[in-house]
Parts: sequence; structure tokens; C-alpha cells
Amino acid sequence: MRLAHPQDCDAVLSVRQLNVRFGGQQVLENINLDLYREQVVTLIGPNGSGKSTLVKTLIGSVTPTSGQVTIAPQQRIGYVPQRLHLDPTLPMTVKRFINLPRRHRDRDVHRALEDAGAEALIHAAMSELSGGQFQRVLLARALLVKPDILILDEATQGLDHRGTAEFYQHIETVRHTYGCAVLMVSHDLHVVMRTADHVLCLNRSVCCEGKPEYVASSPDYQSLFGDQTAQTLALYHHQHQEAANAG
Amino acid sequence: MLDDFMWRAMFAGVLVAMAAAPLGCFVVWRRMAYFGDATAHAAILGVALALLLNISIFLGVLVVALVMASCVSLLSGRGYAMDTLLGVMAHSALAIGLVAVSFLTGVRVDLNAYLFGDILAVGKSDLWLIGGGVLLVLMLLFWRWSSLLTATLSDELAYASGIQPRREQLVLTLALALVVAVALKVVGVLLIAALLIIPAATARPFCRTPEVMAIAAAGVAMLSVTAGLKTAYVMDTPTGPTIVTLAAVLFTLATVLTQSWRLLRQHIQPRDKTAAPSNNERL
Repeated sequence: MRLAHPQDCDAVLSVRQLNVRFGGQQVLENINLDLYREQVVTLIGPNGSGKSTLVKTLIGSVTPTSGQVTIAPQQRIGYVPQRLHLDPTLPMTVKRFINLPRRHRDRDVHRALEDAGAEALIHAAMSELSGGQFQRVLLARALLVKPDILILDEATQGLDHRGTAEFYQHIETVRHTYGCAVLMVSHDLHVVMRTADHVLCLNRSVCCEGKPEYVASSPDYQSLFGDQTAQTLALYHHQHQEAANAG
Repeated sequence: MLDDFMWRAMFAGVLVAMAAAPLGCFVVWRRMAYFGDATAHAAILGVALALLLNISIFLGVLVVALVMASCVSLLSGRGYAMDTLLGVMAHSALAIGLVAVSFLTGVRVDLNAYLFGDILAVGKSDLWLIGGGVLLVLMLLFWRWSSLLTATLSDELAYASGIQPRREQLVLTLALALVVAVALKVVGVLLIAALLIIPAATARPFCRTPEVMAIAAAGVAMLSVTAGLKTAYVMDTPTGPTIVTLAAVLFTLATVLTQSWRLLRQHIQPRDKTAAPSNNERL
């Protein structure tokens, strides 16, 4: 655990009794969530469990039916979307893209690109980027606002194993250098188990939460994700054990 | 100079081109081509209402275009696919407008002037109106530029940066209604959308940033207007359609040029991708 007593500090973002209803359908039910500095919270859950809706509520694009999202004063949010489709008729270089909507000093731009591992791409056209490069540029854009809260919505979807691993490596570094809280939606269970401080398992409401090991062993979680996942987790524990023995 | 109808036409055309082309870039980027069409076609209804109520045509067109654009914005995402909805509204508006014009008795209406434009009849007061409208559109675009671009990229990205995509959509809607109102005299309701889209499409292959594309599109549009006017004068053809024809010629030239350049480069450097940055960059 990186933070000894996270409860002692003030949350940078907190969600209280959040409900979201689309038409007659309840999408999110009674969600409570706290986010602290340098803490990585991961949202997992099956498709249609409301993960993306929760993220959209946090960035303000979905208005909650009831409940509260409180962001501590002066806290900046950096947001990395799932996958961005750029219309091919829109010409856009990396440099121009990450300076939207506000222009930043060249020095800051270079720093953000470097932190995201995309410094060589500054003059490239967005349309020439590979999937992994594109996501790193999105990360750089989010870092440019010097975020206190970094929100990632399945940012590694469509990347191969190596690309995913590299991407999370950058997140891991960034949370310490920027001292930001990280909230991410993820399907990569391996990564979740390795990097998260706190896991929220969502299925319209929070069905279980806690440290990764705790959530993994929870029956609610296992019934939600089924056998295959249980095996994945067994594998994780196995590796974990080996590493402990080696060390 | 403004006493000469050719100069007045030239001024009017260039002014409209300056506003229509950058706005046209957004129409292209956001895939709103039909949206522009629907708004422009509704203008004929505005003309009919203006003549009926004896108010300024500019005002009538502006109001009807604004109402039309707002209707489309509101109805989008409620059951029908956008292109179906716009197809229905664009042609209905045009048809209803034409029917409404036929009800006008006592006023002799030169329908052709409204359908295809009447740039050679631009008077001094028209010129002031066009100038004012163009200035307003350019100011709107300049003021909201970054927010408009961000909202064009993605709604979520906009929200996360504290931008309301709906408000930006409204800004574009307003700008579009203004452009329709000022362009009516220049190319007419049937060809306004062409003035929005063709210059932007022509400029696209030569540009790497949105700003450059907006400026290049304005250049293409101004060239089309001036060359179109000259051609129409020499060949005695209808002015509005000639301007659009010139724009189409420029588009064709640009497309042929870029496509053959691409083929040529592939031929010279087979499978050499050193120009692409993807190779020297991989962690």
C-alpha cells in the first residue's frame, strides 16, 4: 500500500448515493466512491454494468438523477477516453491536438509527451498513429493540464499485450510524478490485480469492493465473472506466490 | 468603385466566401453537409414569409433558417437516422417554400433570383448587410474556435474540459443561419451548401492543421467567386451556377493532383515508409 492512511486525507473526488436513470431504466444505483491522491482505483464489471456511465457522470457529460459528485476545489481532471474516432476530413497534428482547447507552453507540451512516452510523435499527423501511439497521445493531452485526478475509460481497449503493459507502466510512473489520483475502467484483470490499490466491482450498483485480493476472492465477483476469470485470478495468485518465494 | 455593379458583385461574393468556407470546414468535419442543405433550402420559405409580411428578406430568411436548424438539432437522435431526417426536412422545406411563394398575389416574384442567386443585382445596402453578417460569423467562429474544435473531436473530451457541446452546436447553427441569409443573394438557396462544402473539400489534402484548412478553404472560395464572376461575364452564363462550377473544377484539379502525386510517390519509393513516423518510434 503506497498510502499509509488514505482515510486521513481529504478525498479529491467523492461520490455519494449516486443514481442515474435513462428513461425508465436504472443504470447506476446508490454508488459511493472516494478517490485519494496517488491512489489507483479500478472499476471492473461486465458489459452494460454502468462503468462508462459512471465515468461520464464524473466528467460531467451525464447528469445524475440523484446523488452527488463532489470534486475538491481547484482540482483539475485529466480525462483519457476509450477510443477517439477522428473524422478523416479533419487535419490534425499531435501538437495541435494536445493544445486543444487551450494552448500550452512548448516546454510543458514536451514534458507531457515525454511523460506519456510519445515525445517523438509531436509533429506526426493524428491519422498516422498506431493504436498504442494514439492512446499515449491522449494520455499526454490529459497530463498537460497537470491533473489532480486522472480518469481513464478503458484506455487500452484494442491494444496488444505489450502495448497494454507499456501503457500501464506510464500510468504507474505518472501517478507518482504528478501525485494524482487515478480512476480507471479496465478489462485487463492481470493489470488490475497488479496496479490497483482499490477495486470497485460494478454491476449497476457496487457489488463488492476492496483490495484486489479481497475482491477476487469474493463470491459476488466470481459469480459475476464466472469460471474463466477465477482461473485467471488463480494464475495471478500463483505468480504472486512465486515472486514472493523468489524474493 | 461601388457604383459599378461588377465591383459590388465581386465584393459581395468575396465577403460571403470568407465566412462560408471556414464554416464549411466545420460542416465537413462534423458531417453536417445535409444539415447545411436543409437550412439553405428552408430559406425559400423565409423569402415567401418576408414578402408576405412585407419585412426584410434578410430577416425572414435568417429567422426561418434559424428555426429550421434548431428543429433539426432538436429532432436528431430521436428515432430517425440523421440523413433520413434531414432528407425529409430539406426537401419538405423547399417544397413548402415554393408552394408558399405561389400564394403571393400582387407581388411579382422572380423565383430564379432566389433559387440561383442574383449577385449582379447586389446594391449598396445589400453590401452593408452582407458585410455585417460576414463579420458576425467570423467573430463567432474566432471567439469559439478552440471550443468548437474540441466539441468536434468528441463530446466527452469537451465535457471533461468544461465545454458544453450543445452550446457549441448552437453557435454553429447560428453561424449557419447567418451564412445562408447572406449567401442567398450570391448563389441562391440551391447552391449555398456547395459554397460551404466544396472549398473545404478542395483544401483538405493540402493541410495538416484545422486552421490552415480554414484559411485555404477561404482562399479556394474567393478564387472560385472571382473567377466565376469573370467567366460568367465573358461567357454570359448564370453567375451563381458558374461560381459553383468553378469551385467544382478546382476540386477536381486538386483531387487529380493529389491522387497522381500519391501514385507517383509509391512508384518512386516502393514500400519505403521512412516518411511515416511510425518506424522511428516504438518503445
